[in-house]
Amino acid sequence: MKQIVILSGKGGTGKTTVAAALVHLASQEASIVFADADVDAANLELVLDPTVQETHDFASGKLAVVDPELCTSCGICAQVCRYNAISSTPGESHYVVDPIACEGCAACFYQCPEDAIRLEVPVAGQWLRSDTRFGPLFHARLFAGQENSGKLVTTVKQQGRLRAADEEREFLIVDGPPGIGCPVISASAGADLALLVVEPTVSGVHDLERALATTNHFRIPSLVVINKADINPKRADEIAAFCQEQGIEVVSRILYDDVVTEAMVQGLPVTAFEDGAVTAELEHVWRHVRDWLAR
Amino acid sequence: MKIAISATASDINSPFDPRFGRGASFVFVDTETGKWETYPNTAVSASGGAGIQTAQFVAKHGVQAVVSGGFGPNAFATLNAAGIKMFVARDGTVQELVKKLKAGELQEVDAAKRTVGLRHARGGGR
Amino acid sequence: MIIAVASGKGGTGKTTVAVNLALAANSANSLFLDCDVEEPNAALFLHPTLEHRKEVGILIPQVDEAKCTACGRCAEVCQFNAIAVVGQKVLVFPELCHGCGSCTLNCPEEAITEVLNVTGVLESGPAGAIQFWQGVMDVGQAMATPIIHQLKTRSLEVQPPDGLAIIDVSPGAACPVVEAVHGADFCLMVTEPTPFGLHDLRIAVEVIRDELHIPVGIVVNREGVGDSGVDEYCAAEGVPILMRIPLDRRIAEAHSEGVPVVEALPEYRAKFITLYGRIQEEVAK
Repeated sequence: MKQIVILSGKGGTGKTTVAAALVHLASQEASIVFADADVDAANLELVLDPTVQETHDFASGKLAVVDPELCTSCGICAQVCRYNAISSTPGESHYVVDPIACEGCAACFYQCPEDAIRLEVPVAGQWLRSDTRFGPLFHARLFAGQENSGKLVTTVKQQGRLRAADEEREFLIVDGPPGIGCPVISASAGADLALLVVEPTVSGVHDLERALATTNHFRIPSLVVINKADINPKRADEIAAFCQEQGIEVVSRILYDDVVTEAMVQGLPVTAFEDGAVTAELEHVWRHVRDWLAR
Repeated sequence: MKIAISATASDINSPFDPRFGRGASFVFVDTETGKWETYPNTAVSASGGAGIQTAQFVAKHGVQAVVSGGFGPNAFATLNAAGIKMFVARDGTVQELVKKLKAGELQEVDAAKRTVGLRHARGGGR
Repeated sequence: MIIAVASGKGGTGKTTVAVNLALAANSANSLFLDCDVEEPNAALFLHPTLEHRKEVGILIPQVDEAKCTACGRCAEVCQFNAIAVVGQKVLVFPELCHGCGSCTLNCPEEAITEVLNVTGVLESGPAGAIQFWQGVMDVGQAMATPIIHQLKTRSLEVQPPDGLAIIDVSPGAACPVVEAVHGADFCLMVTEPTPFGLHDLRIAVEVIRDELHIPVGIVVNREGVGDSGVDEYCAAEGVPILMRIPLDRRIAEAHSEGVPVVEALPEYRAKFITLYGRIQEEVAK
């Protein structure tokens, strides 16, 4: 089973568009599993028409809760808390933990002289398994403002991996999140290949450098796709030159086309929606990725 | 020698669990006497650092070696610091793996040759 | 007044709006904070002279082996498995440490001190009338939030916000976003009129308006291709749409070159001034 992760560094370059297309194209010739690792903004489901089969609560970390009956308002908890998560309520005789700010470090729990604090395990989100016409989708919803520590991302991917192994599926395609931090690191773990989708803008170039440094740091081989390449051909060439210096292959340049948005509005991967230039390029990308993995 | 083997359930005949940090249970076996006991792994629900927590858990039981499917860099560092040898296996029951270990059929993780893989595959950030 | 510019979905135009709002408002000594510490881009448009640089990170435990009795209390209290005790040895895993100080507080031998584990840098300097700050997380690091927190603390200490402060927020709706928008008087949410834009906007509005109680207003960017979902949502939720930017290749091209819209297309200066005025009206309500 080969694992591909689609990343970008910068948001909005077209990761999900490319991921959905690869899912569509790959599913026509192989048995696949896919996962949406962008758990706080999960969009892959919007173009794959999933039917939810299983939902699981995702519990993560801890939340401190002050028992108003036992609290003597000594304030030690607030002193030791480094996240400004505990304060006294005006007019009340006890301290209160702000659940959004609470880091779950339990410093207050261990310092409270009255044992007035307990630790709860909050449900931070859900992970789901859905069926689609392309294969099973593993995705998640991180509840608002929760810590995206990578654990939910890892859970989603692991479930996908287990399913892929059980059913001897050939590919696990992971739609990654933007950025380079924890969620990206977790999404990339175990990948045989990272496909970096970049746009030819100063921001895109800047972010590609950092994204590539990240995949290199974690020893994941990378290929690059330049999306919306005609917005700035000069920057596109700059990206190509940079990639060449780095020994990274640019697989494709996809030109800007409104059809991508039109497909999204219809809830379809663009390759299932049209038969034009964008689809032709994405078919080329898929063949290249497939052949690269088969080496 | 006392060893620990990651297992999917709490019995000497349980199937092997290839996961170390999130291995469901550990069976602790004295290879000389054959005596064994088992404990569930509380690290399965850890937000992060499950391998580290599991390594401390097996170390507390005074084992000289552990058998699992693989060891992430943090688990490796912790077990190594404890002087615990690491062996990798693929499948079988706990009992079968005890036999294989005694017969020298399991591959030991060579500390000297260990390359740095992913620094922290599970994250743990904010 | 502190205005945060967020979105939910990446690539909708947060930095574009934040930068151009700052330039159009042209408020003396205004502050600009680029809180997208994983991928900070605003400097590419504002061209600040970065005069000050400060390494930041997380305070991690350092154990004095002479005092340590390997009692294991530190490992017991650590919720993140960032400190482990096996035999007589103590191991620290900096990438898992949240810098909470609990191990230090709980060590019965007072054997632990805290040292800074550098995970990024804060940089600041003038960009015209704007005081510019950014945080840049080191590649390979996991935690953005501590860097964002220090960026906000230090910049707002140096320059209390009785003037205008604009915060460029990262995409998403998790911890780093919460940290960046904390304390803002208003949050401008930039979205695109597509299903992806709407989906992520809902989540971000839920966090920022409903959980953090910060008033929000919308900028719809790249109007022209998409659907009416965002408009319908805003009408149903009573969320004001404060500006609409059409899909315009000229904007995309200027952006791709690092040229702010208000410079490439001067008619936009007035539009962003109008946006600023509308935000001020919303805050006054």
